[in-house]
Amino acid sequence: MSPELAPYLVLVVVGFLPNEVWRLLGLVVGRGLHEDSEVIIWVRAVAVAVLAAVIAKLTLVPPGALAAVPLLVRLAAIGCGYLAYLLLRRSVFAGLVAGEAALILGGLLFPS
Amino acid sequence: MGDGWPAESAIPVPPAPTEVPSHSSAAAFLAGLLASFRSVFALVLIGTYVGIGALAHDYGFSLPWLMASTVLIWAGPAQVIVISALGTGAALFEVALAVFLSAVRFLPMVVSLLPLLRGPRTRFSDLLVPAHFTAASMWVESFRLLPPLPRERRIPFCNGLAIGFMLSGHIGSVVGFYLAASLPALLTASLLFLTPMSFLVSTARNSTTLANRLALALGLVISPLLVYFQVGLDLIWTGVIAGSAAYAVRRLRGAT
Repeated sequence: MSPELAPYLVLVVVGFLPNEVWRLLGLVVGRGLHEDSEVIIWVRAVAVAVLAAVIAKLTLVPPGALAAVPLLVRLAAIGCGYLAYLLLRRSVFAGLVAGEAALILGGLLFPS
Repeated sequence: MGDGWPAESAIPVPPAPTEVPSHSSAAAFLAGLLASFRSVFALVLIGTYVGIGALAHDYGFSLPWLMASTVLIWAGPAQVIVISALGTGAALFEVALAVFLSAVRFLPMVVSLLPLLRGPRTRFSDLLVPAHFTAASMWVESFRLLPPLPRERRIPFCNGLAIGFMLSGHIGSVVGFYLAASLPALLTASLLFLTPMSFLVSTARNSTTLANRLALALGLVISPLLVYFQVGLDLIWTGVIAGSAAYAVRRLRGAT
């Protein structure tokens, strides 16, 4: 193994494989299930709930530089974004802009 | 951005009904690629990967390695875990386990996407590529953009959509990698905030049924409780508990 290839081998073993196994499992489990079957409706609700958990974790216990922004600022920003999305014709773009603006403003006002 | 565009605008009208299939699947791929750049996720991905590019630079990874990780992993949160954990010298087994636990969402995502992608003549092997491309951006936009399309065009459209999103990610990676040193900490923080913010509003917009809305609301409440009480496998448990409770309410109400 040449030293240039070692980081790529690590990437495949600790990054690609443990991630991809869930997608492949999804292909196997999902064989033959139909769009309006009850199982699919349940599975989609589970997928939405897991995504909700990812949202909550990235906001409450965030990675890297986001952790330096105070928790209350992060919570207020995500609330502002959601409120803007609701008020402005359910626009995802409006929600993103409002949330980001609130986070930056809060970060400037309350530096950690 | 993406909201103002009707989904139909991304689909070229076929010139004649006798069009050869290979040509029409190339057109569907191109339509998907173009749709990706009109989606709000193009901006989200550029921004997110500027943040990830800066992170990779700071921890001493090369740009080709980062781009390979985007192609192979194609999941922002998992890439952040790999880069920051490897960069701080975590044990390989620990990194693999953290990625494995964070990626559990792909199982229900792929399972629920398959019926939308499959047509009468779809082979199992046709689904391998879209399954690999499944990520929050592509999953959310597929439920919005695929239903009006004829079934035989959905897989190439979806592949084009995901490759377009990946290109946006690569553009962001290059920018972030070279700007790393000059990015203020608050800007990097705001780029990392793009992921939870965009996941929340786009999932909310796509959750048109009672079960999905409840699953989103319950998941947002249950997950912090499980994390607070240090329950292991919190992503899986949140999914099963909140998803099943939402589904049960739907059954009891007899609603759709």
